[in-house]
Amino acid sequence: MTDRPTRQPFILRNPSILAVLAVLAVFTVAVTLLSQAYGSGVIPTSTVKVLGKTLCLALAAVAMDLVWGYLGILSLGQMAFFALGGYLIGQWLMYARTEAIVAASLAGNPIPPTPAELQEGVANQIFGVVGSSDLPPVWSFAHSLPLQLLLVVAVPGLLAMVFGWLAFRSRVNGVYLSILTQAMTLALALWLFQNDSGFRGNNGLSGLQNIPGLDGVDQARLSVWFLWASALALGLAYVLAAWLVSGKFGSVVRAIRDDETRVRFLGYPVEGFKLVVFTLAAMITAVAGALYYPQAGIINPAELMPIASIYLAVWVAIGGRGRLYGAIIGAVVVSLLSSWFTGGRAPSIHLPGYTVNWVDWWQVALGVSFVLVTLFAPKGIAGIVDRLGGIMPPRRPGRDPGPDQGALQEQEAKA
Amino acid sequence: MIRPLTVFVLTLLLAMPASANPALEAVIADNLDQIEKPSRRTVEPVVAQIAATGPEGLALLSAWTNRSLGMTDDGRLLIVDGDGATDAVTGKPVPAADPKMLRPNSGVRGVIESALVAGEISDPDPARRAAALASIARDGTAEHLAALRAAAPEDDPALAVQRNRALSLLTIQFDGDPAARVAAIEAMAGDVGLDFRAALNPLLATTRIAAPAEPTDANIARELAVGDDGFPREAAIALLTSQGVLQPRLTPADQRTALAANIEGGSVGGVAVADLSDPAARDRAYEALEASGAVPPAATDAEAEAALAAHRFFEVYAEADSDVTDAARAAQVGAQLRLAAMTGVDLGLDALSLASIYFLAAIGLAVTFGVMRVINMAHGEFIMMGAYTGYTVQTLIADRTLSLVVALPLAFAVTALAGVILYRLVIRHLAHRPLETLLATFGVSIALQQLAKNIFGTQARPLTAPAWLEGAITVNDVIGVSSIRVAIFVLALLFLGLFLFIMKRTRLGLEVRAVTQNPGMAASMGINPDRIAMMTFGLGSGIAGIAGVAIGLFAQVTSELGQQYIVQSFMTVVVGGVGNIWGTLAGAALIGGLSKVIEFLNPANTLAAQTFMILFIIIFIQFRPRGIIPQRGRAAEA
Repeated sequence: MTDRPTRQPFILRNPSILAVLAVLAVFTVAVTLLSQAYGSGVIPTSTVKVLGKTLCLALAAVAMDLVWGYLGILSLGQMAFFALGGYLIGQWLMYARTEAIVAASLAGNPIPPTPAELQEGVANQIFGVVGSSDLPPVWSFAHSLPLQLLLVVAVPGLLAMVFGWLAFRSRVNGVYLSILTQAMTLALALWLFQNDSGFRGNNGLSGLQNIPGLDGVDQARLSVWFLWASALALGLAYVLAAWLVSGKFGSVVRAIRDDETRVRFLGYPVEGFKLVVFTLAAMITAVAGALYYPQAGIINPAELMPIASIYLAVWVAIGGRGRLYGAIIGAVVVSLLSSWFTGGRAPSIHLPGYTVNWVDWWQVALGVSFVLVTLFAPKGIAGIVDRLGGIMPPRRPGRDPGPDQGALQEQEAKA
Repeated sequence: MIRPLTVFVLTLLLAMPASANPALEAVIADNLDQIEKPSRRTVEPVVAQIAATGPEGLALLSAWTNRSLGMTDDGRLLIVDGDGATDAVTGKPVPAADPKMLRPNSGVRGVIESALVAGEISDPDPARRAAALASIARDGTAEHLAALRAAAPEDDPALAVQRNRALSLLTIQFDGDPAARVAAIEAMAGDVGLDFRAALNPLLATTRIAAPAEPTDANIARELAVGDDGFPREAAIALLTSQGVLQPRLTPADQRTALAANIEGGSVGGVAVADLSDPAARDRAYEALEASGAVPPAATDAEAEAALAAHRFFEVYAEADSDVTDAARAAQVGAQLRLAAMTGVDLGLDALSLASIYFLAAIGLAVTFGVMRVINMAHGEFIMMGAYTGYTVQTLIADRTLSLVVALPLAFAVTALAGVILYRLVIRHLAHRPLETLLATFGVSIALQQLAKNIFGTQARPLTAPAWLEGAITVNDVIGVSSIRVAIFVLALLFLGLFLFIMKRTRLGLEVRAVTQNPGMAASMGINPDRIAMMTFGLGSGIAGIAGVAIGLFAQVTSELGQQYIVQSFMTVVVGGVGNIWGTLAGAALIGGLSKVIEFLNPANTLAAQTFMILFIIIFIQFRPRGIIPQRGRAAEA
């Protein structure tokens, strides 16, 4: 045993945390000062909403990076937790708002309504579209914001815990696990697509942009408030994730990614570590979803289809796995680029004999660039950051362990 | 069916030489007022008399029921056909006639049509006898029963069978003698025809009654106990209410209306309006109103309870004779048992065809996974590519059979080439990095999907099967399978055989098996694993192309075609176990069979069926993490 120097606070050991927080703070202040509600109005409200939603996606990407980049589980069902969070907060938003509307309409009656009548009216309003007038049991807590906020974290966490426990204890890993997570989100999506699932079938939940009790606040201000909340959540989650992966816990997690069997033979409870990270990531993702859908205004089961989760993996891969800021960069860059290209605002390229219309060709370009990144830049955009910062892999004898089998901690790379 | 038939009879008779028919003339003369203003209850003897007078009488009846019979002012009947008219009795043309048209109501026309059908059962023309039997089978009446019994014996054996069946069914439904009905039911027991089951159903129809004691004159099916399955307390109370035993119970809506109608100076029955948001306060207010006589009394819980205790509840057959209902019940149970067995067979056939599709879609995936440990996410797009190849060939070659013969090998070639290109460009550079391969091939998948959209458009393209593949092979009312599905089953068998041959009998197969089991050892024995991997990848992709053509024949070809099958294919591979064709077969059979069974148990909800299917697989993996047929040996540890 050698003498170890006194450990610095972990934030100082990871300068990237301060950089990310600073960028996030500058970004939030800048958007606020340029918004219509609190500043010059250069940025329209719809753009503020897009930026707020992008922050939520970045939050989900950070969680994905924890699971994939650090733990080595390519979860293709991460967006299930995201959408679950959205559904759970949407239940309260929709219930409380409908209750206010129904109460207002019943107030015109000669006799004040009983609680049962009020609930019946609300159920009729919400479930009329799927031909039902009963409030399903899953809506039992929809009247209460604190309970529903608790569920936003608890339900996806529980789902991840049960699923993870079942999968990890039977040693399902690698490609098998990816396919299984994909099956999980598909099963959930198909279940939600039914009319009698209690979540309005493929109508989904709508009108979520109107916050009950805040009728006097216009969307311009609400959008900025949500941007603040999203930025705060992203900052907190980033610090939490960075703290988690920087200590001994993080070392074990990365060791599991690189050689699970060896870690198990060293006596670590591999399943426990996996379960903690997987569940925590599911909870973070659910919070991201709960912040995302009030800004989007509508949620339906299509959001859970496996393709959404695969895109999340694409963002993290392009941004750079095993680097938390890489996940943020990937999510922000690719999702903003995607909406720019598919929104029809990107200029077409006029070739002799053919016009490349980006609405049609963006997917092709994304797919091809994704293959190229996987082939030639497995570290993603964060690899460029590493190179600029002079972080190079140490010389190790033997063959290249590959990005799956030996990603580095920052201080190891510097040594 | 009757209408064109009678028109046919009419024209045939009109072509006959005119001849007087004194019997018909006499009947018409006697019953002119009945013919002019017929009534359903009294017209029957007249119709029977007219029918008995011979062909002219039948012609008159068909004209009557077709509303082409007219009556002149002097009481002669004319058959009007377009602009012309003929005398119904003499058959002679009547120029410039302007008769008053007779318009019998539907009840009268029913009587006439039964009489006509009864006449046609004995017609010399077998085609018309067959048509008459078909019409009886569709919509038989008691008159038909009598007519069938009275009719001359049938010579044509096929028609005789049909007629006997119709006779039995009509006996069951309309015979006055219970013994004859029971005999007919017992003779037909075991039959699963829809018509037999339809004839039994009205015999077994029941109504629910509430009575203080067991009724002696009714044919009781069973006694109901309150709270039973299907007979909750609410249903019993509703039954008592509908029989007038119990006053209607007060619904919350009625209560609210009654209270709102009695608001006086801000309070109802002494309770302030503002307090009425509490149900207990509403009850108090209503009781106060009830006591003052302002609102009608409503049944209380105690009254409902007393009424329930004082009554017994029975299901009573509409059919009065208990022998008949017993026989019908026994026959129905027998029919249901046989029906269940046949439904099982039909379900098995459906499951087999679904399993063949999954097998074709998954076999390529399984073999590449077995050899290289990589999942090709673009596999679904190879299926789609095969389907589009089939579509393109069909636009070039008009003959459907020929185009299919060209499309199958071409689809194999196109997708195998695409697979080899994908292997050379992407997959071999990502060897031993399965998760990265999964993602890279996903990139290929979204690019290919969008490319297909750009080339072929977003709307679905048809891939039409040749005529000899359309239609279905039907065994009886229950068991049937469409020819395309049989063809796909044969195709799957063919590929199973081909695959087994390649794997077990060729050099390539030997090398593939060697690389699957231990790549390092195989390489040191002089096998080039890279070349083998490329060949397997080509083979697997090529089979995906064939699967694409097969799927395209019964599904619409869209750029999302592959996506619909890819998850099921993954499941098949995961459940079956990798690197073994029998595993893939078992996985496909399990998944195909299970989805059909779940669909059968919950037919209204295919989405729920898929959800349960996936949940089952997740749980299945708990017990067999490596699939039904796990890989053994060193490769399994990799």
